[in-house]
Amino acid sequence: MAHAVSTPAGAHGGHGAGHGGGHHDDHHDQESMKMFGFWLFLITDVILFGTLFATYVVLRLNTDGGPTGAELLEMNGIIISTFILLTSSFTSGIAVLEMNKGNKRGLILWLAITAVLGASFIYLEVNEFMHLVHEGANIGTSAYWSAFFVLVGTHGLHVSLGLVWMIALILQIRRRGITPVTKRKIGIISLYWHFLDVVWIFVFSIVYLMGVM
Amino acid sequence: MLDKIKDFASEFFVTGDPLILGAQVSIGLSVVAIIFTLTFFKKWRWLWTEWLTSVDHKKIGIMYIIASILMLFRGGVDALLMRVQLAAPEVEFLQPDHYNQIFTTHGVIMILFMAMPLMFGLFNIVVPLQIGARDVAFPFLNSLSFWMFFFGAMLFNVSFIIGGSPDAGWLAYPPLSELSGSPGLGQDFYIWGIQISGIGSLATGINFIVTILKMRAPGMKLMQMPMFVWSVLSSCVTIIFAFPILTVTLFLLFIDRYLGAHFFTLDGGGNPMMYINLIWMWGHPEVYIVILPAFGIFSEIVSAFSKKKLFGYKSMVFALMSISFFSFFTWAHHFFTMGSGANVNAFFALTTMIIAIPTGVKIFNWLFTMYRGRIRFTTPMMWTVAFIPCFVVGGMTGVLLSVAPADFQFHNSYFLIAHFHQVLIGGVVFGYFAGLYYWWPKMFGFRLHEGLGKWAFWFWNIGFYVCFMPQYALGLMGMTRRFNEYDFDMGWQPLNVVSTVGAFLMGIAFIFQVWQIAHSIKFFKKEKDGDAWDGRTLEWSIPSPAPLYNFARLPQVTSQDEWWEEKQRIANGQPAKPLAPLEPIHMPKNSGIPFIMSICWFIAGFGFVWDWLWMAIPGLVGVAVCMLVRSFSYDTDYYIPVDEIERTEAALRGTK
Repeated sequence: MAHAVSTPAGAHGGHGAGHGGGHHDDHHDQESMKMFGFWLFLITDVILFGTLFATYVVLRLNTDGGPTGAELLEMNGIIISTFILLTSSFTSGIAVLEMNKGNKRGLILWLAITAVLGASFIYLEVNEFMHLVHEGANIGTSAYWSAFFVLVGTHGLHVSLGLVWMIALILQIRRRGITPVTKRKIGIISLYWHFLDVVWIFVFSIVYLMGVM
Repeated sequence: MLDKIKDFASEFFVTGDPLILGAQVSIGLSVVAIIFTLTFFKKWRWLWTEWLTSVDHKKIGIMYIIASILMLFRGGVDALLMRVQLAAPEVEFLQPDHYNQIFTTHGVIMILFMAMPLMFGLFNIVVPLQIGARDVAFPFLNSLSFWMFFFGAMLFNVSFIIGGSPDAGWLAYPPLSELSGSPGLGQDFYIWGIQISGIGSLATGINFIVTILKMRAPGMKLMQMPMFVWSVLSSCVTIIFAFPILTVTLFLLFIDRYLGAHFFTLDGGGNPMMYINLIWMWGHPEVYIVILPAFGIFSEIVSAFSKKKLFGYKSMVFALMSISFFSFFTWAHHFFTMGSGANVNAFFALTTMIIAIPTGVKIFNWLFTMYRGRIRFTTPMMWTVAFIPCFVVGGMTGVLLSVAPADFQFHNSYFLIAHFHQVLIGGVVFGYFAGLYYWWPKMFGFRLHEGLGKWAFWFWNIGFYVCFMPQYALGLMGMTRRFNEYDFDMGWQPLNVVSTVGAFLMGIAFIFQVWQIAHSIKFFKKEKDGDAWDGRTLEWSIPSPAPLYNFARLPQVTSQDEWWEEKQRIANGQPAKPLAPLEPIHMPKNSGIPFIMSICWFIAGFGFVWDWLWMAIPGLVGVAVCMLVRSFSYDTDYYIPVDEIERTEAALRGTK
């Protein structure tokens, strides 16, 4: 039923395409508006993480006599997962390049590689959490560990949601190819993915590097 | 088996209080009556297709307003119950625990479930019309925002009859709100009710920023936007910076209560002061979020009913923006007495006082707009005029409170209570009432009865002063907030009785308003012309109520107060702007997903409150499924053909 009623020429597919020569585009280029809306959403996510970081920094010394981060955190695993996440940001960039070239297969391939890297990151994180719990540090151990698990876990939750979203987009690209709408969707997920990378750099520096020092 | 069910029911339902039993019975009867009426008149389909799934900003706005008026009623009844108790504490009308629940729910409901939705309702109805747009930027998200607010509010309200109300104050300070202080379910209802509706508010903030920045009619520059639109923009900017803090704060409190974490507990290294800082980093900007749009409303009304351009437009814009900026540097004035140290207190005292400067600028701008204007004292204008002295006094008592050393005396006293009710009722409530009266004809196509409106106005105003002026005195006499009893020999009773009488006068005023609406519906007189008040801005250039697509042709804007200027041009004999040919209009399709997804949120929230994972997890899965279904649906809009627009326009304007 899409646009069954008197669809003006040129408006099919991309809603941003506008219609009629020279007229004002009355639907205000919805794809660019959605992109702008997503930037605003990212601002709110920055504040969300900022609040969690502030909480962590305030509570970082409140171990209540329990284990400290320096005692339990293992940097080797973290460096590997950092490397994996940074690489996935790079591969998601290649996916966008492939999309701009109009290469649907390349786009799907690089998105899939990104998703696999993201899933490995989550796998390592879950392993790390299980290890910590095994060593006697869980969310209720002390304020320090509460702040640690919630901050790192919120990032992990974001990555996991991004994974589900990315798989959904791969399916949509397979079905619909590269259109203005799917282009915008890929643009948004890649923005989101880079954003999570930036957040992780802060997690890595503030939680891990400063934590073990 | 029967005993088990009985046990469960006595835990599930709140029992043992005749007031609540009465409420339970009346809520049950109302639900039955609503279901019966809808079924009898075969209105279910109509309700679903016209309202529940609607993505039309005007209908969403109306639903917001209906919900908020219901909440005003509930919050108002809470207020009257408290006032009855305080007028005659020896009678023990309310038990202490019940009293705690009532002041908590009164605060939460009035700010989050009355003021916020009333504000969003006005945003929705007015902003697209004022900027000459056909909808908001993200109509689907807009509907989702509404339903998340609605089901969040319902989740909060249901605690009254199921499980028990929260009783730790409207901002739920730990350790009172921790498991140790509030072992019952009330606090969990609080967390999830506010969390769900708060996410909706955040989305509204994003939606309206994009709408205002990207969807203005061709030619409308930022500095030509109506002042209400500016006020909405400043409010939304504040929302997107403040609400994520609330989301995190409530989430951390939930983790504390649910998983035994130690963010805010007294043991395990937690820090309750952390919570108090965080909640006020959201909470103080929040009060500016609700007042800023009221400033916009007053600006529109003052200018329309004085027949003058708004005085000091640019300074007004600057004042709005600086208030939204400074609102983030005032939070610590809420706990001057909690040992922050002299330098910190001095900093926050100064930043708090600074807010008075742009606010003063605005007051003078409104006065100068009225000066030598041709003023018409209609109900919206009366509310605006009444607001000015009320808000000035409220603002000045605020400055007194912002003096840190003096605050050690005023802190948590009835002086404070009187102050914030004066700015919130005198500013926000008066402002939104003014806005409702002003835009009512635009919303529904008929006017409200002015005479009854004036009765309501006087009862509200006199009731307000009778209620709150004695409270300043009571505060100075040493009466503090949040207790339900005091001894006769304190000498507070006479003033408390006066205050209670004032509260009831405001209750009568509310009845007048209900009567006013009912009367105006009964003697319905269709607005023949869309321009009910001889208005100045674009919303008055189209029929009332506005058609689905608002503007058949997008207006070309060349000046501030475009519609007024156009009328002037035509009156001066200049030709009207040539009409562009009609084109098919691109509109979003209705969708049931926002409604269903919000119900899933409600189910998830209810499950977490009761610690029923079998309920919470399917709820969250439902949310995820709804999001995926939406992501996979590409058929989300359609075009209204030209002949349909022609027919609609002819029908709407034919009677002219």
